[in-house]
Amino acid sequence: MTAVAARLRPLTGHRLFWPALVLVVMLAANTVYRPGFLAVEVKNGHLYGTPIDILRLSAPLILVALGMTLVIATGGIDLSVGSLCAISGAIACLHISGAADQNSPATVATALALAFGAALVLGAWNGVLVAVMGFEPIIATLILMVAGRGIAQLVTEGQIITINSGPYRAIGLGHFLTLPLAILIALAAALLVAAFTRRTALGLIVESVGGNAEASRLAGIRSRRIVFLVYVISAACAALAGFMVTANVSSADGNAAGLWIELDAILAVVIGGTSLAGGRFSLGGTVLGALIIQTLTTTVYAMNISPQTSLLFKAVVVIAVCLVQAPAFRARLRRRRRGTEPGPAAPQREKEQVPA
Amino acid sequence: MSTRSTARRVIAALAGVLLAGSMAACGNSDTGGDSGDGNDKIVLGFSQVGAESGWRTANTTSIKEAAAEAGIELKFDDAQQKQENQIKAIRNFIQQKVDVIAFSPVVESGWDTVLKEAKDAKIPVILTDRAVDSADKSLYKTFLGSDFVKEGRLAGEWLVEQKKAASGPVNIVELQGTTGSAPANDRKKGFAEAIAANPNLKIVASQSGDFTRAGGKQVMEQFLKANPKIDVLFAHNDDMGLGALEAISAAGKTPGKDITIITVDAVKDGMQALADGKFNFIAECSPLLGPQLMELVKKVKAGEEVPARIETEETTFTQEQAKEALPNRKY
Repeated sequence: MTAVAARLRPLTGHRLFWPALVLVVMLAANTVYRPGFLAVEVKNGHLYGTPIDILRLSAPLILVALGMTLVIATGGIDLSVGSLCAISGAIACLHISGAADQNSPATVATALALAFGAALVLGAWNGVLVAVMGFEPIIATLILMVAGRGIAQLVTEGQIITINSGPYRAIGLGHFLTLPLAILIALAAALLVAAFTRRTALGLIVESVGGNAEASRLAGIRSRRIVFLVYVISAACAALAGFMVTANVSSADGNAAGLWIELDAILAVVIGGTSLAGGRFSLGGTVLGALIIQTLTTTVYAMNISPQTSLLFKAVVVIAVCLVQAPAFRARLRRRRRGTEPGPAAPQREKEQVPA
Repeated sequence: MSTRSTARRVIAALAGVLLAGSMAACGNSDTGGDSGDGNDKIVLGFSQVGAESGWRTANTTSIKEAAAEAGIELKFDDAQQKQENQIKAIRNFIQQKVDVIAFSPVVESGWDTVLKEAKDAKIPVILTDRAVDSADKSLYKTFLGSDFVKEGRLAGEWLVEQKKAASGPVNIVELQGTTGSAPANDRKKGFAEAIAANPNLKIVASQSGDFTRAGGKQVMEQFLKANPKIDVLFAHNDDMGLGALEAISAAGKTPGKDITIITVDAVKDGMQALADGKFNFIAECSPLLGPQLMELVKKVKAGEEVPARIETEETTFTQEQAKEALPNRKY
């Protein structure tokens, strides 16, 4: 028993082991409930099946959560991403709906550029509030979380803007090499962010700012510039997610688009093992966290859990995931099982200090 | 529309948000034309929930137009989804001594005090679209609004009629509205009551799509994978049905033919889908209660007795009726 455990330690000790296990357990439970759950077939020249749905629908959340990971790594938080999704989607759909030829690639490109630009401006606003004016991030971004919904409503004039544009629709529903384009975009963004943060010193700098902003500044890092940058990146990710959300249904709904996605994104970051206190972050963990959340939502529909109990069901699963993730909890569980013997290796892992 | 004008609207929107704060302060300053200055026009104070949907906007337009047509002076207030704004507006109406107060309550409870003040000032109150839960029914004259149970029942009755000849089981999936909301609960109830008439009609899956297109689509995708044979979709509003359309096409089925689709609301996009043959039946939930409201205002002002509960005049649409009605659809 101990020998097996010792041999497994490198595996179970990996920071992504527990979230990955949770995902596998969830998929397995679904497969037991309905054996066809994991079935994937080719329909209309591309892959079709529940796993493909999960991948496609998790793409916006992955994007938003990526930006959120960087923000949280600097010790901040960005509550405005849901509203930014709604605004970018609304601006893009408004422009397309007014164009003479909705299918023209030029129209769609202009729409995307306009919306993306607006999102960057709003991201810069968040960044200035936090990095320059020294607002608490939760307050600074709360402003746009609330006011942003109003902006989206004003852009759409309180209506749902329906569009009929092939190129725009492709962002949410298109396929490339039989896979949904949305998940490919999200993964490309993840790889890009990973390359920038892990292949250059940027990631280390972000972590050091999150670990101790003042010490980083004294060490010669321009903390403010880094903090400003992560809010702009977060807004850019949110804008992309907004395009996907609205393209998925070919319409912009200022009220509902991206509603509460900021909370799901924060949850994905936490499930992925990034500390809310800032410092070390895990992009892979965040992607996994987003997949877990979408799988959970899909499970509710696939198992036809009644809407009255689905929120409770989700809450229980999320609590279980967070507990199984926590080294302190696992150590305590192990101690109880073994009697008085203290758990050896686990407590060391939770002290992940950033050398600042 | 060009890039310029889109940009202009975005800028206008941003400016609007900045202005909203200052406007809230002077929102009720429009008190000119007091009711006591000689003209004997009826003055109606109306407090609206907000402008959260196309449905609500159509509701507002209907009330404004009907007031102008009936020669009733309308003092309109937008509560922006907040009860305190609405209470403030009603108190203002009382101070201005309007003849009749009407409002669509943002929430159900907490109205007793302000309604009592109106009663003491001898100003009759009419509720529109949404009800309040006050135990004292004498606090308001009447409640004018849709009967959600009836909407569900009409949808169910149409289906029973269509599937009269069905010998085998008919599998129905249901997209519910926001969990716990009155329209979702009532439409579900009415539909279930109506289809009980035929034991072949069976709801095999029912989930909440939160009244949104994205929600309806996501749920329908899973319904289609979990249930190989779906004959009928009943969606609690047009938007969820519209979202489901795309999921049905992606599954290689033809909406309106392979799967019969019934929805509630009859907004423009929904009517278009019905006219195009993608939907099969819509039970209307009409926001156009303006003319009925003005009729009531006149009666209440004249001291006539009115029933305590009045239903909005509503109808149902088949595909042929939708083609006819679509050109004149306002919302």
